[in-house]
Amino acid sequence: MGKWSRRGFITAGVVAGGALVVGVAIRPGHRAPKLAPLVTEGDETLVSAWVKIDPNNQVTAIVPHSEMGQGAQTALAQMLAEELDARWEDVSFMEAPAHDEYANYMLGKGFLLGEAEVPKALVGTVDGVFLQVAKTMRLQITGGSLSVRATGAYGMRVAGAAAREMLVKAAAASWGVPVAEVQAREGQLLHEASGREAPFAEFASQAAELTPSYTPTLKDPKAFRIIGQSVPRHDIPAKVDGTAMFGIDAEVPGMQIATIKAAPVFGAELKSVDDAAARSQPGVTDVVQLDDAVAVIADSYWTAKQALGKVAIEWSQPEQTAVSQADIFAQFDTDMARATADGAEQEDVRVGDVSAALAAASQTVEATYRVPYLAHACMEPMNATVAIEGDSCTVWVGSQNPLGTRYSVAEALGLDVENVTVRNHMMGGGFGRRATDDAVVQAALLAQAAGTPVKLIWSREEDVQHDHYRPAITSRFKAALDADGVPMAWENQYVDKHEPAEAPHIPYAVPNQYIHYADSPTHVPFGPWRSVDHSQHGFFTESFVDELAGAAGQDPYEYRRALLKDEPRHRAVLDKAAELAGWGENLEPGRGRGIALQTSFGSIVAQVVDVTVNDGDVSVDRVVCAVDPGIAVTPDGLSAQMESGIIYGLTAALHGDIQIDQGAVVQSNFHNYPMVRMGDSPEIDVHIINSGEAMGGAGEPGTPGIAPALTNAIYAATGTRVRQLPVSQYDLTFSVEEAEEVI
Amino acid sequence: MIEFNVNGVRETVDVAPDTPLLWVVRERLGLTGTKFGCGIAQCGACTIHLNGRPIRSCVTPVSAAQGGEVLTIEGLAENGQLHPVQQAWIDHQVPQCGYCQSGQIMSAVALLAENPNPDDAAINAAMNGNVCRCGMYSRIRKAIKTAAGVGIYDPAATAAASASEAEEVNHG
Repeated sequence: MGKWSRRGFITAGVVAGGALVVGVAIRPGHRAPKLAPLVTEGDETLVSAWVKIDPNNQVTAIVPHSEMGQGAQTALAQMLAEELDARWEDVSFMEAPAHDEYANYMLGKGFLLGEAEVPKALVGTVDGVFLQVAKTMRLQITGGSLSVRATGAYGMRVAGAAAREMLVKAAAASWGVPVAEVQAREGQLLHEASGREAPFAEFASQAAELTPSYTPTLKDPKAFRIIGQSVPRHDIPAKVDGTAMFGIDAEVPGMQIATIKAAPVFGAELKSVDDAAARSQPGVTDVVQLDDAVAVIADSYWTAKQALGKVAIEWSQPEQTAVSQADIFAQFDTDMARATADGAEQEDVRVGDVSAALAAASQTVEATYRVPYLAHACMEPMNATVAIEGDSCTVWVGSQNPLGTRYSVAEALGLDVENVTVRNHMMGGGFGRRATDDAVVQAALLAQAAGTPVKLIWSREEDVQHDHYRPAITSRFKAALDADGVPMAWENQYVDKHEPAEAPHIPYAVPNQYIHYADSPTHVPFGPWRSVDHSQHGFFTESFVDELAGAAGQDPYEYRRALLKDEPRHRAVLDKAAELAGWGENLEPGRGRGIALQTSFGSIVAQVVDVTVNDGDVSVDRVVCAVDPGIAVTPDGLSAQMESGIIYGLTAALHGDIQIDQGAVVQSNFHNYPMVRMGDSPEIDVHIINSGEAMGGAGEPGTPGIAPALTNAIYAATGTRVRQLPVSQYDLTFSVEEAEEVI
Repeated sequence: MIEFNVNGVRETVDVAPDTPLLWVVRERLGLTGTKFGCGIAQCGACTIHLNGRPIRSCVTPVSAAQGGEVLTIEGLAENGQLHPVQQAWIDHQVPQCGYCQSGQIMSAVALLAENPNPDDAAINAAMNGNVCRCGMYSRIRKAIKTAAGVGIYDPAATAAASASEAEEVNHG
């Protein structure tokens, strides 16, 4: 990807009480002249960051990202404090309100364009176009593992450095000494020669008079004191004593509680409703019909839930009522074959001549993989609280996209967006689910219909059956190996490309590659799910590389390693994971070890999984994870994100299976959509490699590699190649005794 | 009318006797630290103590609490002093999203009350009913071991223990 310049708007001023405020709005540096009119409006604010220094020398970082447990707010505050040379104990942070000024341009770009290589000459065009898209989509999303690598790198560090430079200049002018002789350290300004020392706050108002530099000098990473420290997260104390406020905990005077049932078949609508029995329940205040849902509003969740069960609903029967999971996978096969037959294959990567290489192969290898739909199953079921007063409205919610929510609610209620206030709360899990605001819009419509403030709480069943799912995907591979087993051609066809664009790409040196896809839309709603397309393609590509190693008769780690000779960062990560896992040791029968490597959201991750398979039961004993995130801002936080991504991906790989039957989701709650629990959670060792390269993400990169590392380990243990997830549908009956007989 | 003690305070509520204790605690008494997760005793987010034993409050009718003692996450600290389990949760930086952690902590407190030094099997048995979608199981396990046998919280001891744990976790 072409480089951004760090050019942007930096503003400074003094606010009430004498606090210095410095704001940074980063914009793309190279814009094509013909696009300039599109992006020179007054509101071309992109990645934004603010710092406030009050008269007591307390520093507040205002961060445009919400907290769903990933610790991003703490990491962003560290990045700002580092460049400011603040004293960490004096630093606090607050979440930015949902305003256009906080719209996150990088996410628009990162999500829609992925990290596809863009020729440098086109960077300006791309930036201009995607700026428009990001603005149109009103993105203020926390996702794409972007907080640190975009807002932190381009916003927080710049804001901190600019503020420091202004304070230093102000102090130098006041003391009558050269700027170069004044230093900032731990919230103080110092002039060593004269022994002068004063807190930042003393020069706040003078600093605000200065013109901030567009390109303040950033620190050499070697000088970092705060970045790289595992500081305690600020949000944790409230999460151990019950005082943390999640969306579901919002309390508004006069509010009623609602729960809802939407059409089980996506796209179906209400045909008839008999709500007499529900309305007669004590405590029920209203039964509201939306186009595709019925909600009961009552004095408590329990009352509403009981009454909703008494509403007799007849739904329309659209054609998708006949669709089952097998039909969906059959449709994928048909659409892929049709794309090939019609010459309508959509090109993703084309290098060299795959057909010629296949024709000249010593050996060809083919495989087809499938993954199912997956629900997010955040621990906190979807919910939102909405109060409407006249022509204005307030929303209490935990959202990954508070700004988008503001616009959606305004549109749904026919209100001016300026009159909609979003009070964002902590999220009981996000994972991409809380970037979609369906429940908030429902709550707004219910509040409007009921004429009272309404807190809508979805049941777990509603949450599982009306998610925006990780898409089911089929992916086919064909490879050509030469006489030494080296891959000469890699052909891959899959269905439905979303984001990020590079998810199906491989880091391995294969001279001829053709990666392409076919569209095959279904009626099942989809949305971003932790690591997005990487969650499928990591499984596909890292399974197939493992199969190639097997066909070549080579060790899966050494095979990958040989194909990474031009990728030293990848190789270092792979080597570290293999070394820590004890790769190459002989394992007893029934045990297996698998490896996988996946780069996503700017971080390179290798994982080695140890399994024991006995009598059909798979036990995941240990996961070793090596990660190169460039620089880990908060090492313990990064480690926690890897642990989290691993368990999330392991749950999906072992058990995750949302099936469609008669147009609707079969699963409904944790009993039939099971989770990895304490008793089946492996020992996890995370090793961080600080390569010093550009900062990568943390929230998602731990997830994509775990499924293939697991299934490669199962193959090593049993000889069974898992080509369709989840693992739980395979009969892995394999006893240690049988294995010994075979040997 | 149903009467019971919640965190040592006498409460009287006028609700249908089959109302789950969860919703009485959250909506009537305003103690929102206890969470709704599944409604069918499958996730443990709603775990509280009734007469000293951990229960899933989403499936326990309020009538079962008549005359009893209910303890929620809000009642765990004493005189401003966090319970050793809560402190261990901070020392190990256990919570991510934090939504399940009230239930996790209540399950862990109940485990340690019964078994002051649980081994891995005992931890698995006691904690298997509590789902953490952020997957912080290994930190929960370590935090329980840190809190095990700690009758009174000693900040110096737990800080030292957590520092050595952090060394082990972060090889980098």
